[in-house]
Amino acid sequence: MKKFKEKLSGRVFFVLALSTISALVLITVFIFVNGMPLIAEVGLFNFIFGMSWAPEQGQFGIFPMIVGTVSVTLGAALLGIPVGICCSIFMAEFAPAMMKNIFRPAIQLLAGIPSVVYGFWGLIFIVPAISTHLGGVGMSILAGSIILAIMILPTIISISEVSLLALPRTYKEGALALGMTHWQTIRHVQLPAAKSGIVAGVILGIGRAVGETMVVIMVLGNSVALPESILDSVRTLTTNIGLEMGYAAGRHRQALFATGIVLFVIIMILNISAQYITRKKVK
Amino acid sequence: MRITARNAEKTAKILIWTIALMVIAVLIFIIIFILYRGLPVINWNFLTEIPRRSGREGGIASPIIGTLSVTALAVLIAMPFGVGTAFYLAEYTKGGIITRIIRFCTESLAGIPSIIYGLFGFIFFLDVLGLGWSILSGGLTVAIMILPTLIRTAEESIRSVPKSYREVSFSLGGTKWQTIRKAVVPSAIRGIANGIILSVGRCVAETAALIMTAGYELIMPRSVFDSSRSLAVHFYTLVMDGISERNAYGTAAVLIILVFFINVVANMLINRFVAKGR
Amino acid sequence: MKRLIITLIILSAGFASSCAARGETNVIVSGSTSVLPYVEILVEEYRILYPEYGVGIQGGGSSAGILAAVSGFADIGMSSRALNEDERDLWSSEIALDGLAIIIHPDNPVDNLSMQQLRDIYTRRITNWSEVGGRDARIHIIAREAGSGTRSAFQDLVMEGEVIHQRAIVQNSNGAVRQLVSGNRDTIGFISLGLAEPQPGLRPVKALQLDGVAPTRENVLNGSYGLYRAFLFVMPEAPEGYVGHFIDYILSEEGQQLLIGEGLISVSGRIG
Repeated sequence: MKKFKEKLSGRVFFVLALSTISALVLITVFIFVNGMPLIAEVGLFNFIFGMSWAPEQGQFGIFPMIVGTVSVTLGAALLGIPVGICCSIFMAEFAPAMMKNIFRPAIQLLAGIPSVVYGFWGLIFIVPAISTHLGGVGMSILAGSIILAIMILPTIISISEVSLLALPRTYKEGALALGMTHWQTIRHVQLPAAKSGIVAGVILGIGRAVGETMVVIMVLGNSVALPESILDSVRTLTTNIGLEMGYAAGRHRQALFATGIVLFVIIMILNISAQYITRKKVK
Repeated sequence: MRITARNAEKTAKILIWTIALMVIAVLIFIIIFILYRGLPVINWNFLTEIPRRSGREGGIASPIIGTLSVTALAVLIAMPFGVGTAFYLAEYTKGGIITRIIRFCTESLAGIPSIIYGLFGFIFFLDVLGLGWSILSGGLTVAIMILPTLIRTAEESIRSVPKSYREVSFSLGGTKWQTIRKAVVPSAIRGIANGIILSVGRCVAETAALIMTAGYELIMPRSVFDSSRSLAVHFYTLVMDGISERNAYGTAAVLIILVFFINVVANMLINRFVAKGR
Repeated sequence: MKRLIITLIILSAGFASSCAARGETNVIVSGSTSVLPYVEILVEEYRILYPEYGVGIQGGGSSAGILAAVSGFADIGMSSRALNEDERDLWSSEIALDGLAIIIHPDNPVDNLSMQQLRDIYTRRITNWSEVGGRDARIHIIAREAGSGTRSAFQDLVMEGEVIHQRAIVQNSNGAVRQLVSGNRDTIGFISLGLAEPQPGLRPVKALQLDGVAPTRENVLNGSYGLYRAFLFVMPEAPEGYVGHFIDYILSEEGQQLLIGEGLISVSGRIG
């Protein structure tokens, strides 16, 4: 009986552990099966580099959305990464204990707030502000970048902070003993040593920006045209799905799944590079 | 002014302090603003009445129930898989190709955006399994989304159980299963609970995937096969369709309070966990 | 541990019993988000009158709604666009008419556009308000997303085979378009006529005359205002039982009065 239980428990845990594999496989298979027919019909090149998206007229080109995704993500990264890294340095090196006790739960809360609330906030503060001061409708790459930058902060901060704190104390002590100032130590010793962890955090943050849906639907304006400035409205890959999925039937629906495939591939590339970098660090 | 080491030190320090304080300020501003406009809307009726006229009137009772039932279902479904996987990874395996694949899949699931989960849930649970827009479809979809969080937190807490606990159990002739049940589980339970709380937070905040799988229905759901609009989805609709700004603020305030409460509980659990572990 | 197990048992028993309660929703209506708010109001009344006849509503959009009705996901598909060639075999019933209003910000001095000007604005041959009698400012066009019945009605009635310009800002509901237009002086959009009227708690918008004809219910009924479409209920076969009862209610005097009260135009009014 004892032996049986022993064997059984091991088996059960093993079977349960297969759940993540089967989930990932199922998701991949279903997204691809539903989207591939359209890509095959239109041609991968025409789908990805096509400039015109008019599903009811049979035009399925997502290039403007790829450009949209890249530009908004880039904007969010430019704003979010420096701020995020500064905050993690603050947390790891400068903050007094009391500040840490405020900061850490605050960042957690920041991560927990539903994205629609950020979108709403953007809609009533950032979009009108851009419209008033810079012109246009305000729904723009700039608005999306600002809000996404705030949303990716928790990911960047927490992972960077962990990798800064994980450095052996001797690094810092050694540098200080050599007469370096605190800032020189951070800049020339600690940051380079924690680089791979920070990069992994940044990649995960970028992944979050690429994958965010509701916020971008709310503040980007969703035009399907190549942007000429950061004040132009764009559509991202996620918004294309979120905006039109409810309405889609037939080939239109397939085209949205095909959009999903492109998004999925981008995300997996980011995922795998983040994992690769983290693993290299461990070795 | 010459850039001396001391000047650089000073500038950097000031800059970093400023940025950190600004981040906090923005966060506090968002929260205070929503609560300031939303809290006056919340009263007993708002919490206990179902929405009428698309949410223009009435309260948010059914979206609250919808959110809670999707969350409960998702956690109940995901828990055995998540905790089971964690035990497998922490106790039963020492690497090898299967473990590497499991880890890869877990990490990858964590990175997949919710709209992709929505697409998958829509096609698989609604279309293939024929569950329709329902709490069940939504719960199942979100259950997959929270698996990585559950696995990661549970595995960490299992690994943090001191080796000596296991050694004592083994030396007393306990089998692996007995050791896990009697020695590991009781000490790891708080960490696991913390993972559950974090997952609850993710469920409450989820929007994109639930629009596609749990639907828009505003009446009180009577079973898990009924469709129900979640709080976040309801908030989104109120805002975007310009239905009622007042009720939108009220709903947002309820969401923030829920998330805040979840965070407080999680922190309490972590603190107690840390205090006990050391 | 024991307590946990007991809780789990109780919970699963709860689920099992709630599963048994399935079947109380006899009619599922799904589709166009333009029709949805009106049907929600009808359903609220219907539930009070006939609490034993369960009716559930879902959004989705016209195309998805029709598809849902065909595939059995839903019993009734709501559509705010005309049926396609391959949907002609389905049973359908007009439940109301809805005018399309072209809306701008109240501070915009423009009151009237010709159909040609409207088309030129949406193809961006006209890009500045001064070209149509307004102040010197860029025109920001707002449209609905592909698949929306309102968009395809606009496409059919206004665009004459041309395509709405890609630069158009896209929002996925009437309300979202209204919100955006009411908050920005240089925008133009199109929404359901009933929603263009002043609404409590919302900033106003101005509905434009087209070729000198005001967008009113009377002008839709007498045929002088051409921008309108029918709201359809679509299903594979002629309705009976619960579904039939619900449709009868909507087409009844009482149901139609409710829809008129919300700004729609009664189908019986057109016949009479």
